Amino acid sequence: MLVSGIKSRPVYTGLILDPHAEHHLIAVEGEGALAVLDMLSPAPRDAAEKATILYTKAGSAPVDHEGALAKLHPYRLQPLPTIQTLLIRLQGFLTTAKMGTRIYIAGTEGFIGQAMQVALNNAIDFHSVRTEHRGSLARRIQCVHCKGFTENVTMSHVPCAHCGLNLLVRDHYSRRLGAFQGVCIDAEVPGELPPAEEIFP
Amino acid sequence: MSMNLMSGSTEIPVRVADIVQVSERVKRFRFEPVAGGSMPVFSAGAHVVVSMNIGSRRARNPYSLMGSVTDLSAYEISVLKTVDSRGGSVFLHDSVKIGDQLTVSTPVNLFPVEQRGRKFILIAGGIGITPMIAMAEQLTAQKLPFELHYAYRNDQAGAYADTLKARYGHLVHLYIDSRDERIPLDALLKNQPLGTHLYVCGPGGMINWVLESGRKAGWPEENLHSERFLAPPSGKPFSVVLERSKKTVTVGEHESILEAIEASGVEPPYLCRGGACGQCLTCVVSCDGTLEHNDHYLAPEERDGNQKIMICVSRIKGSNLVLDL
Amino acid sequence: MNLVFKKETFRDDFTFKNSPEHVRRFPFPFHEDKYMYTVNIEPHTPGPVNSVFEFPIDVDEHYVSEMEDRALVLKDDPLRCQALPHMQLAEWDLVELLMVSMSEHYPEHFTLTRDGDKWHWINRPLGIDQQFTFGDTATLPYPPMEYITRQCQGDFCLIDQRDGNLWMDAGIVTTQADWSLDFDIGMNFMEWHGPVPLAHEAGVFDRALKFLMNLQLGKPVRRLNWTMSINPRLDTSPENFHKWGSDRMTVTPENIGEKVHLRVELQGLWRLPRSNAIVFSIRCYLISMNELVSVPKWARRMPRVLKNLPPELIDYKGLSRYRQMTIDWLSRFDDGAPTSPGGQPD
Repeated sequence: MLVSGIKSRPVYTGLILDPHAEHHLIAVEGEGALAVLDMLSPAPRDAAEKATILYTKAGSAPVDHEGALAKLHPYRLQPLPTIQTLLIRLQGFLTTAKMGTRIYIAGTEGFIGQAMQVALNNAIDFHSVRTEHRGSLARRIQCVHCKGFTENVTMSHVPCAHCGLNLLVRDHYSRRLGAFQGVCIDAEVPGELPPAEEIFP
Repeated sequence: MSMNLMSGSTEIPVRVADIVQVSERVKRFRFEPVAGGSMPVFSAGAHVVVSMNIGSRRARNPYSLMGSVTDLSAYEISVLKTVDSRGGSVFLHDSVKIGDQLTVSTPVNLFPVEQRGRKFILIAGGIGITPMIAMAEQLTAQKLPFELHYAYRNDQAGAYADTLKARYGHLVHLYIDSRDERIPLDALLKNQPLGTHLYVCGPGGMINWVLESGRKAGWPEENLHSERFLAPPSGKPFSVVLERSKKTVTVGEHESILEAIEASGVEPPYLCRGGACGQCLTCVVSCDGTLEHNDHYLAPEERDGNQKIMICVSRIKGSNLVLDL
Repeated sequence: MNLVFKKETFRDDFTFKNSPEHVRRFPFPFHEDKYMYTVNIEPHTPGPVNSVFEFPIDVDEHYVSEMEDRALVLKDDPLRCQALPHMQLAEWDLVELLMVSMSEHYPEHFTLTRDGDKWHWINRPLGIDQQFTFGDTATLPYPPMEYITRQCQGDFCLIDQRDGNLWMDAGIVTTQADWSLDFDIGMNFMEWHGPVPLAHEAGVFDRALKFLMNLQLGKPVRRLNWTMSINPRLDTSPENFHKWGSDRMTVTPENIGEKVHLRVELQGLWRLPRSNAIVFSIRCYLISMNELVSVPKWARRMPRVLKNLPPELIDYKGLSRYRQMTIDWLSRFDDGAPTSPGGQPD
């Protein structure tokens, strides 16, 4: 689990099955599959029978957990080629979902953030969504200047993938944007940069 | 932060403009501002605390505001007469006449409509209908979908049932206990669209049943809302020492600690007077008996800690309580 | 006070200045010779005549120019004004609060006439005459919050209350001390205060949250906060930090008096009646060091406060590059004499 004193970063408390849910809608990326296995393997059989799993291997490629997930015999397992397509599919399911559906998200922080955005846009309170962080510690950041997103940032500062400004990765997270804040690090004296360190491997 | 910021609500002198018997045990009171003009704007789910002088005693009871914010010439509340109560509702029913003056607090809302909701299920039992009347008004004005399920004891008890049915038609569902009609809760909870919020107000047992059924149907806690005001329970008298004010007061059999303290001229902060909001939370210095926590605000570990008490509804079993007041 | 609205700028040539009367009414935030982060909330009740606390909403000589600066910011970056969809009722509450307060206390400049939901608003300084239907967004040229806050000094945030927390779900923020509404919108109270150092550990935010959750109708509260700015720039946004950050390198011992500004935020909080939301207003007052030292008490106290700041705050407020130089410059005006308690001039 991610440990930090960052007040704005969500706490990912882990996938815990809601025994009362009529349906489990599970969005999972990469190593997040292992969290789903940990949750559903020991659960009563009917848990998997009520589960829809949307899976993309993304960050954990080339390892593919599809086979392991299939062995849970979920009601529905949909492997998807990318995070993007998974999010579209998730939106599709949420459009017609009923109260009693419990949402679960597992994977890297950037993925959790993006899937959570879809849930929020469907009038779901984030407290109701159960999440678990697995995989890389890399951060998804938003450039506060041009508003572009830079994915999988592992360094203390990084050039913005869109406008090119050197961004300090601040310890400030927006759930609405699903990203940390990136702010120009050399605004006072352009070009005056500390060495970049890998701090989110 | 100074305490005077937190002290009791601003009070508005009002005149009783109308009293209507709406069912066997329920009367509606209309309060106009003595000073003329309008009452403050309020939101659905808000309550006011009505202050009345009953003999030498000052009673303050919370009541939900009914009606709509489009009519601010007066506030309206409905009062169920409960004969075993400490006198507030009996006083309002039997002693208060049109033209009398009372004071009401500015509105406080501990039961607001979740503005992000996509659909609303309102469930009321008995007098619990009153906040739902304001909610139905507000949701209609905001063009948000809702349905109202209202259960009451018998044909004589259904305050506002006919009015609501006439105003909202098929959105209102009535259930009469004496005809063995029950709210079909399980069916109701099953097919609601995502983003539905449920609001329940009524007797304690009904609230528990509805919330528990909601959880068992897989509804997240965030979508289940309830409001219950407790009347302060009666009990054996005991004395309370206010350490900072250097006063000792006796809490009578049918009196709350808060009321006894107010009668001595000390004004602790309060908002709901029903064990819900946490505003009157007070530190216990010592107690020669056991605390009887009657609120639904303190967490279990705070109750067990015996260091804090909600003086609006809780009491002690013992003879002496020392408070940090 | 007879208001004469000044024509001045908060960017490019920076012609902003305070008149001598406005220097005297500046809300100097330091009550003693040192600064500690505290909750320091007090009732927002009327203060002395001509003070910034005289009325709930203060309109001053910078009104027209500040509104022009806001319009320029919004023209470049519409994301500075945003509201999540569920905040519309609160937006109308804000329209009422501001129009009623401004017209009541500045009747020579603003007039509000109400007939049921048919409202008529006249803003003479900005030349606006608007008839509209209260509650009907289509009768205003902008959404309700944006409409009225384009005509009122200060930033405004609308805060929803639910699940035992406060949520910043709408706002207009163009005169901010380096925080981004676009990034923070949707956050709860603890989250949006996340980057503030020291205060979390001191329990300041826990106490403040508990207090604000019980904020009552008709009982607004206020507090002062402060930072420093180079140049009288209202829009010190993170969005434009790459454009204004280098201002900090332009400070020299010769130009401190005109370049370095104390920036004070008068923060007000009101419970809103229809929505049960809270409005959080953040009004920025600027004063140059030259203007500040014209009040001897402030001239003595300011360097003493700056000397004793915790390093975390120096860093958080972005003072590192010019603090020592400013202390050195200000110390010439500090004869070591004791200062009287409170922030007001002697």
